[in-house]
Amino acid sequence: MLCQECGKRPATLHFTKILNGEKTELHICESCARDKGEFIPGTQSGFSIHNLLSGLLDFEQHAGTGASKPPAVRCDSCGMTYSQFSKIGRFGCSDCYKHFGERLDPLLKRVHGNTTHVGKVPKRAGGKVKTKREIDRLKQEMQGRIENEDFESAAQLRDRIRELEKEMGGI
Amino acid sequence: MQTEGPESDVVLSSRIRLARNLRGSPFPMLATPAQSQAVMEQLLDVAENGRLNGLGPLEIIRLSELTELEKLVLVEKHLISPNLANESRNGALILDQKEDVSVMVNEEDHLRIQCMRPGFQIREAWETASLIDDVFEEQIDYAFDEKHGFLTSCPTNVGTGIRASVMMHLPALVLTGQINRILSAVTQVGLAVRGLYGEGSEATGNLFQVSNQITLGQSEEEIIENLHQVARQMLEHERAARSKLLSDSRARIEDRVRRSFGILSHAAIMDSKEASQRLSDVRLGVHLGLLPQVNVKTLNELLVSTQPGFLQMTYGEALHPEQRDMTRADLIRDRLAISS
Repeated sequence: MLCQECGKRPATLHFTKILNGEKTELHICESCARDKGEFIPGTQSGFSIHNLLSGLLDFEQHAGTGASKPPAVRCDSCGMTYSQFSKIGRFGCSDCYKHFGERLDPLLKRVHGNTTHVGKVPKRAGGKVKTKREIDRLKQEMQGRIENEDFESAAQLRDRIRELEKEMGGI
Repeated sequence: MQTEGPESDVVLSSRIRLARNLRGSPFPMLATPAQSQAVMEQLLDVAENGRLNGLGPLEIIRLSELTELEKLVLVEKHLISPNLANESRNGALILDQKEDVSVMVNEEDHLRIQCMRPGFQIREAWETASLIDDVFEEQIDYAFDEKHGFLTSCPTNVGTGIRASVMMHLPALVLTGQINRILSAVTQVGLAVRGLYGEGSEATGNLFQVSNQITLGQSEEEIIENLHQVARQMLEHERAARSKLLSDSRARIEDRVRRSFGILSHAAIMDSKEASQRLSDVRLGVHLGLLPQVNVKTLNELLVSTQPGFLQMTYGEALHPEQRDMTRADLIRDRLAISS
């Protein structure tokens, strides 16, 4: 198969793009791909994980309602705008996570298949998180005991949960 | 890495990297020189004041004090990333004596804790990395939130901030043509495969780095367990392919291994690509019991010491490429002669 761009060299790269259920195929040679700045695995053509991310983010922006442009979202702490972030694929500071809020969820879901951390919690910065997780765990355990009609130990767990909730300031 | 670890016939090394940031400071990419300087001093202070003293004496290296060549050598030894070497504004490295713990300061994130172990010891590497993480956390405020976990500059690292990887030597899977099938299976379970020097590098010398992709929504233990199990299976496939090669085409494989050994022991010019391929053959030969005279430790040393930066560091900074190939050939001949 010849390259769709130059029609001279053999096509060595084959892309399939699926956008809104519509499938487009692209067959091009390495040289044209480089000119177009397309993704070439294993080469130093400037492609990086950040390009890929910004591609995903761009896609999200265009996939919106189309005509209505979303209002500019900016991180108050470092000044980075969401559109800057979507170009470079990197945050400016840790507060960007807070300021960009739920917009990040689709991206994180696509990259990690998930949006919520379940791993290690630092002792100092995450004291409350630890307690909260413990409360969730105890609640589940309590539910199990209730289902098994083991009401006495369920009541003990309930008291423990109350204690922990008190420690956290009534959350 | 001097010593050999478990399963080192296939797994050369295991590595954990943790990405961490300080609360309230912009990430290195946006930080002003004064801000990144302040971050560096704060982090180096934790190391300098002996708070990491469980690790023994530490070396603290400010990258601005190094030559380009010295930085390249650190990259070749996997102690810093190419990224830190190239953009080392206020970059620094904290290194333990055995060089299996290295902490990068002001890379893409403020803090990148790396822990390496020889052979297949990914769980052990995690334990050490996590302890070092705890020491830093006692002294500094990490950027962490309940929903997203450890907050990193790149969304691909957020959550646990962990990159767990194993370096595998898979010559028999390559020779028997099974590698692509296996690699595509591996990438389907959320792992990535790269060449020896990470992102974007080619798999020279049949060395593959297998690492986790997902950092959010799975615990560190789940991530490590997943990698461990997949690497374990790859290891077994590689061993099976090796014994098949030996039983089905012993003469061919022995010929290949001995030729490579012969060339390495006698050649006068050796470029780095050929060196890594021939060293791969010899490593395979040693593990198949075909070259009992060669010491694996020598091969491990050669893997690093024949890299361009390391060679120039040892033999003078101004080596041009052809001199470098000659020096490389000399070095390999000498080392193999001593070892056998």
